[in-house]
Amino acid sequence: MRIGIPRALFYYQYFPLWKTLFEALGYEVVLSQPTNKEILRQGIELCVDDACLPIKIFHGHVANLIGKVDMIYIPRIVSVEPREYICPKFLGLPDMIKNSVSKIPYIVDAEFNMYKGRYYILYHLLNLCKILNINPSRMLLAYGKAMYAQRQFEKLLVKKSAVPLDIFDQKQEKQSQPYIKEDNNIKVLLLGHNYNIYDDYISMGLIRKLRKHKIDFITCEMVEKNEIQEGNKKLSKDLFWTLGKKTIGTAYYFLERKQVDGVIHIASFGCGPDSLVGELIEKRIKREFKIPFLNLNIDEHAGEAGFNTRLEAFLDVLEGMKYFEDNISTYG
Amino acid sequence: MAGGVGPCRFGYYGEVQKEILKDLGYDFEMIILDPPQGHVIELINKIRLITNKNNNTVKDVVKAIRFAWKKAVLLDKIEKQLFKIRPRERYRGQTEKVYNFLVKDILDVKYEEELEDLETEIYEAFSNINVSENVTPVKVGIVGEIYTVLEPFVNLHIEEQLGDLGVEVHRNIYITDWVRENLFPSFLKPKDHNKILKLAEPFINCFVGGHGQESVAQIVNFSKMGFDGVIHLLPFTCMPEIVAKSAVPRVSQEYQIPVMTIVLDEHSAETGFRTRLEAFIDMIYHNREVNNIAVLSGN
Repeated sequence: MRIGIPRALFYYQYFPLWKTLFEALGYEVVLSQPTNKEILRQGIELCVDDACLPIKIFHGHVANLIGKVDMIYIPRIVSVEPREYICPKFLGLPDMIKNSVSKIPYIVDAEFNMYKGRYYILYHLLNLCKILNINPSRMLLAYGKAMYAQRQFEKLLVKKSAVPLDIFDQKQEKQSQPYIKEDNNIKVLLLGHNYNIYDDYISMGLIRKLRKHKIDFITCEMVEKNEIQEGNKKLSKDLFWTLGKKTIGTAYYFLERKQVDGVIHIASFGCGPDSLVGELIEKRIKREFKIPFLNLNIDEHAGEAGFNTRLEAFLDVLEGMKYFEDNISTYG
Repeated sequence: MAGGVGPCRFGYYGEVQKEILKDLGYDFEMIILDPPQGHVIELINKIRLITNKNNNTVKDVVKAIRFAWKKAVLLDKIEKQLFKIRPRERYRGQTEKVYNFLVKDILDVKYEEELEDLETEIYEAFSNINVSENVTPVKVGIVGEIYTVLEPFVNLHIEEQLGDLGVEVHRNIYITDWVRENLFPSFLKPKDHNKILKLAEPFINCFVGGHGQESVAQIVNFSKMGFDGVIHLLPFTCMPEIVAKSAVPRVSQEYQIPVMTIVLDEHSAETGFRTRLEAFIDMIYHNREVNNIAVLSGN
């Protein structure tokens, strides 16, 4: 049996877990192609117009899997941390797919809801057992293995300041070089949802471009959980979106320690949570820290030339501040 | 203002507004009422702050709430009357005038006892309106995100415009219904609410925040009640309603009911909006004619 996983949204966060789990259960895991123009086109065609870019692209990835697999794994991800939600579109994602994509293979849409506590993951697993007709003990064993792989993956992200694609690629080709850090590089905080930043097509090669310019960047995935928690203490009311919380926690933590030279925030157009999170971060930076802040909104029309111009201008500002500031005469 | 704990972003508006106002240099105290998550005392303290705890006793507060509730019920009642009578009125705008007059009357009432007298007055006022008896207006339901549906300025007075077109409008949400469903203890809740939600299950299987699931359920419900069409309203980028929107084409197909989704934002122009409404209503009339002919000719 082949099970398909769309290379979008939480692929960038949970792929090691899902891959190990299904392979341990004896399935062949099939990924959709990396995002490209055709996938985007299909996504736009299928999806409701009002959804955000990552959701549209997800539709495209699902369409890309049709005909290649026997079933597609699209869990209904309600909550991945206790007392927090993902955005409402994730809650309704399997429904959106079923309603808008025709002739789809069977969709494995077990609910993934840890709102009430972490051990509720068991319900998800039991649901999967029922749907896939698998012995629960075998499922638990596979889950243990999968969880181990997931932990390893998360540790690597933090320790090596790597991005998920480095790690996924290494497994396949073993030729991409690990990124070498230098001390005097400009440090940028790269904020945003992981499925936007790490998707090379959506972010228009932002990570490649930053590396080419020798800029060190920190993303939310490279930060320890307790550091994020510490950053979040500044909020007067807890945010209830996992990704928003991660973004804002990372931002506040590094801003307060003055460890970064600039901040880039990537949000998809029409993103509900980010419209508020971005606003909060921008206001705080303006008021207290006075460092350059670049807010990039992406949608399916984004032109790469304009994107590059803005990015380069921003990097010029950073460079100017970092390397030449000291040379300015203090006498005016 | 009110808060929330997600996943709709309404729950965090208050916090962001606080930041914005702070930046603009205002000195203020903001009270945000959140559903209690373990700290009931915090909520009670906030309520006491709002209700001016030094001057008012608990009894006064309860009395005020009861009074306000009765007024709200009455307001909803006359609004329902308005929707029913407007498409049948003989002189255009007469019902609207009576309605506006009555709303002012209700607002002016100072004591609970006077409300009963007013109620009889209301029925008289409405029964005096000149209506044509033999009209069967087109029936259209309005569903969608609660604030867009309830606030006439935001939805460009959709109910009034439809009424002008001779359409009988029904809404799925009234303010008193919302309070009953969400703030009342469970034994006082209306029983059919969950039953209606069940109708959405083939299309949207779980709670998606806000009123996404309700919207779909209500479309099905309206169709079962024999409505001619449904208009689905949502504010631009509203997350739960986008999920609902994705289900609309399938619902509309399976239940054979025309549904028009209208997305509203600050740029919505009344003329374009009106044109779309007229086209939608024209289509419904056309449908009706075609069906009637089909019945006559036995096809």
